[in-house]
Formats: sequence, structure tokens, C-alpha cells
Amino acid sequence: MKVGLFIPCYINQLYPQVGIASLELLEKLGVDVEYPLGQTCCGQPLGNSGYEEDSKGTCQLFVENFKNYDYIVGPSGSCVYHVKKHFDILEQTEDVKRVRDNTYELCQFIYQVLGKTDLGASFPHKVGIHKSCHGLRGLRLGSCSERMDPHFSTEENLLKEVKGLELKTLNRADECCGFGGTFSVFEEAISVKMGKDRIQDHIDSDVEVITGADHSCLMHLEGLINRNKQPLKVMHIAEILNSSI
Amino acid sequence: MAHAEAAAKFNENEAKVNWHDKALWFVRQKRDKQAHKIQGWEQLRDYASALKANVLSNLDNYLVQFEENAKKNGVTVHWAANAEEHNKIIHSILQKHNAKKIVKSKSMLTEECHLNPFLEANDIEVIDTDLGERIVQLAKEPPSHIVLPAIHKTKEEVDELFQEHLGTKPSGGNPEYLTREARKHLRNKFLQADAAITGVNFAVADTGGFVVCTNEGNADMGAHLAKVHIACMGMEKLIPQEKHLGIFLRLLARSATGQPITTYSSYFNKPEEGKEMHIIIVDNGRTEQLSREDFRRSLHCIRCGACMNTCPIYRRSGGHSYDATIPGPIGSILSPGKDLTKHSSLPFASTLCGSCSDVCPVKINIHEQLYKWRQIIVKDVPQPTVKKNIMKAAGSILAKPKTYDFVGKSTRFMLKHTPKSLINSKINTWGHARDLPEVKGDNFEEWYKKRQKNE
Ligand code: SF4
Repeated sequence: MKVGLFIPCYINQLYPQVGIASLELLEKLGVDVEYPLGQTCCGQPLGNSGYEEDSKGTCQLFVENFKNYDYIVGPSGSCVYHVKKHFDILEQTEDVKRVRDNTYELCQFIYQVLGKTDLGASFPHKVGIHKSCHGLRGLRLGSCSERMDPHFSTEENLLKEVKGLELKTLNRADECCGFGGTFSVFEEAISVKMGKDRIQDHIDSDVEVITGADHSCLMHLEGLINRNKQPLKVMHIAEILNSSI
Repeated sequence: MAHAEAAAKFNENEAKVNWHDKALWFVRQKRDKQAHKIQGWEQLRDYASALKANVLSNLDNYLVQFEENAKKNGVTVHWAANAEEHNKIIHSILQKHNAKKIVKSKSMLTEECHLNPFLEANDIEVIDTDLGERIVQLAKEPPSHIVLPAIHKTKEEVDELFQEHLGTKPSGGNPEYLTREARKHLRNKFLQADAAITGVNFAVADTGGFVVCTNEGNADMGAHLAKVHIACMGMEKLIPQEKHLGIFLRLLARSATGQPITTYSSYFNKPEEGKEMHIIIVDNGRTEQLSREDFRRSLHCIRCGACMNTCPIYRRSGGHSYDATIPGPIGSILSPGKDLTKHSSLPFASTLCGSCSDVCPVKINIHEQLYKWRQIIVKDVPQPTVKKNIMKAAGSILAKPKTYDFVGKSTRFMLKHTPKSLINSKINTWGHARDLPEVKGDNFEEWYKKRQKNE
């Protein structure tokens, strides 16, 4: 099984530590993984802004980069969702179909494909999960509060096995943080308010570290936390699952 | 005004935003509790959605069947292609009966057709009898929510409004007192009414009857007291058979307000002896929406309002920020079909979080339709040149790894070396309230390449 590591553009440029943690984690789990050079983006920022048409070259490049891997794994739910859901704008060649079928969000890959939960990590802190919407309601990484399905959560399943980690329950289990790509700029007032409210919920729930499977939401929350000097840390779930403090 | 601007204005009063958010979240939680209580909720949603799909793909037949059966019951059926025709038909019925005083129970369709101003211009008094509707009518405002029309008003504001219009005493916003006074006021109106107008929640094709759901009994009170009952329905309100009400009624009230059923679910089949009953079936853009494959499912809507209660943007921007008859997520996919330019900001008033689609009792894929509208809007509605150029440039940069590498490095260089005060300054919207990420060392690709070399 050969895995291609998909590192979304903003993680590559702004959060290399998340890429590193993802790679190390997969290697630790014995996965034959490599990072194909020359990756750019999945086209999501364009598609969500209405410029899907202009993203075709970007999407095609993604397929070219990854078509020879059995699985494509990335630490960002919304990007993975975009590949699976919105690459319907490309001609559905065998390559395109295979890439769409075999792209997984990191936690989903570990839990569903590798069938593992205990990754040998230890992280003695109080943690709150931000369940990013595209991962939750798009990829169905877990049950969402709107639907009357039995409760499950991929991230919870993995974090529960982390030594010393105390998982906190929030008042609003899965409300959106207000990032939403260009929404964060074009609807700035609401975006900021939503982010502030999410952070307050974590603070009220005695959380020390907010984590999640989508660093774009976490970037938005971290921006607010740093600006307002709030006593919270933000870490991608790969960093926690890869830690052994 | 675009949604973002109106929303920013609403957010100037953060305490009010918090209050609005909590009030609606409370309704959403009540809905969750009720939905959990019955088994097979998701299955009910599947059934309801399938039934609506069936209705829409056989709409012509169901409409004819409904008309035939209604006529057999002694009801007069009218067809209106648009809002203007709808209003004229109502006016002609009222003229025939020399009706000057009208009571109306809640109907989003008559809002959509702007019936009230039309009737008032023709010297006809029309009183909204749903308490929330009456409040916004007195305040000369449109409803801000389709089920809770006055949810944007605090009880203190209602107190002042009633003092001014109904001559009540200051009560500090005492809900019991205010409701009692409203009741007295409305009772007189009911007794004097020449005709009653109601909406229609469900029209049953195989019986020709229809069902109106209210919590206040105001539809019944109006319809039973007046000589003439006019029921206005959008043509998508049909369901095939009476037994299907078992599905829709179970979903409607639970989704809307978290009640197991509305206090009144009134079945109207035929006029009482000596009275008249009219049904007006209205198109007003529905056929056009039906013809749009990607947006057809928006016509499944049973107007429960759950998508508004759950929407994190709606809760924090208020219904009026949408400047449309139907606000919130469902309004944002219906309104562009009516006037793309006017409503072009609405499909962008969303993070595409998908909560609306999962809460919707008839499974409308709202967030996917928002995405689809966005693709159409940037093509058909002139976009700010800057935004357009940025997006086009991004498209070509991201398609070429070399250029991307260069741009990525320059951005990182800029983030590393530009003073924080400049990065987080006014010209950068991100930075008004948020810090930008701190950039240190190599990007991932550089790190990876170095590691490969050292291995
Ligand atoms: S779209 Fe769905 S949730 Fe929203 S009002 Fe209509 S039926 Fe209710």
C-alpha cells in the first residue's frame, strides 16, 4: 500500500509543523508514505468563492500528482471533502475517479483504513475538539447534532486512547467556527463573532487545548485567541496524536 | 445593502446579538429533544423528501386532481400566475362581498405577494392575527423569521409598541399582560371581520382539502367567524394523500418549535352552509424554480424555519439582514431565483457548514445549492474587479507549481519580515480582530526536501 501525503497549501506555507506531524505519525504507524513534490492546492478557495471554473487546472494538477497512489491522505477535512465532492467538474476519467475515491482525511484513514485507535501517544492536557463542518457533515467523520443517528466520532475515538488526555464536553458540540474561507473576510463581522463564541464555549468548558482535524478553522480561532490574549492553545490533532510527552 | 453590511450593523450591539442567538438556539435545542423522542426521525425525513420529490415531478396531475376535488367540495379555485394576479383575485372576491375589514392568519405567501400594502391602498383594513405578525405589522416592519416573525423584538420593545398602538399600560414587558391585551384587541377585529384570509400548510390532492397549522387558533377563529374564507397557497404545497399528513405533521411542529404537534392543525374541506371558501393557487416564480434542476429541491420546503434556528449566521445577523421575504438559508437559495442581482450576496452569507441541510425535515440540500448559486452569480452578476482578478490569478498560480512556489515563498517572506502593526492594520480585513499566523523557518516542502537529502 503506497500512500501519497497531501499537504494543503496553507499548511505547507503557514503550518509546516502540522505537515511534519502528519508524516511522522503515518511513518510511525508503518505506512509507506511519500510526499509528492509540486503540490499546490485542491481548488477549494476558488470553488467556494464561485470560481470553480477557474480551478480546473488546479484540480487537474492534484489528480496528476496523486494518481499513482493507493491512498491519498491529508490533514484537512475541508480540502479532502473538496476533492471528493467537487472534483465532479473534471472529466471523470479513471484517474479522477480513483483519486476521488481514495482520498482520506488523516483521522479517517487511521481509523477506517488502518483500523487503529491506540497510537501510543500521550498528552496530559484538557482538550476540546472543534469538529469542523466539512469533516463532520461533509465527510461524516462523526455523527452531528442535527441528525438522530447513534453517537460516534472519529476524532474522539482516537483521542480517547491518548494517555493523560482529558476530553472536555462543550455546550454546543458542533457549531461552526465562522471561518468559511473567503467568508472570513467578506463577512468579517459575523465570522469574528462566531469564532469568539466558539472560543468562549471552550473556555467555559475548562479546555486548555483546542484541537481538530482542519487547521483552517484552527487558524481562525488561533488568530482570535492570540489577539485577545486568551488562555488557550491551538493544536492540530496530528500534533497531539504524534506527541509523546 | 449587501448582507455583510447589514450583518455588521446588527453586530454593533453585541448584547442583542447574544440574546438573539440564544433565543433561537433554545428553539433548536427544543427541536433536538423532540426529534430524539420519536423513533425513526431520519426515516421520516426520507419519506417526506421522497413524497415531495414525487409531488414536484407530477405536479401538473396533482394540481388538476386537487382542483377537481376541491370544486366537488364546493370550493372556488383560482389560479394566479404571479403576485399581481394573486392580489387582484383577492381584491375582486372582497369587492363582490363589499368586504372592508379583513383578518389574516400567518401566510408567507401573502408577504411574498405584498398583499397588505396592496389592500391598504384599496381602502381595505387588513389585520394580521398571529401575535408575532401583529407585532411586526404595528411596528411597520417585515417579519424577520417565517415562524417567529417578531423574534428580533425584545418583550420590552413589544411593551412600548403596544403602549403606542393599543393604549396598554407600561408593564416592563410582562408577557402575560401583553398577550392578554393583544387578545382583547384581536377579538374585536375577529368579530368585525368581513372576510378571513389564511395560508395553507398542506393541500391534499386526493381530497381537495387543506390543512392550516397554528398555535393560536387564529386561522380557525377568522375562518369560522367570517362569511368568506380565502386560502392562499403556493402551488408546491400539495401532498398526494391525506394519510401522508401523518408524516408531515409529525415533522413540521417538531422542526419548527420543538412541539410534538401544533396546537391547532385544522382541516378545511368545504364551506359552511351559506358561506364561501376560495383557494388561490399561486405560481409566482415556482415553475421557473422547478425548471432549474440544481435548485428544484428548494420547493420541498414546508416553511418550518428550522434552517434559520440552526444557522449560526442567521442567529447572529438577524432576519432583516437578508432583505428578502424568506430570510436565512432557505431564503438564500429561493431569493436569487427571483432577482439574482438584488439577492446576489445571500448565497455568500454562509460558511457552507451544512447544518441547515441536516436539520431540514424534507432534506433540502441547502448548502449545496448555495455553492451552486455562487458559481452562477460570479458569472452573471458583475463582481468587484479586485475580487475577480485575485480569483482568476489564484486559479492560474495554483495550477503551476513553480509560480506557486515563488508566490508562497514571497508571502512567507512578507509575513516574516513585515512589522506586525502593518500586517494587522486596517487594509487587511483578516487582521481587524485576528492575528495572522506567525511564520518561522522552512515551509513543509523545503523541510521535506532537506530531509530527503540527509537520508
Ligand atoms: S428549508 Fe427545510 S428547514 Fe428550512 S424552512 Fe424549509 S423545510 Fe424548514
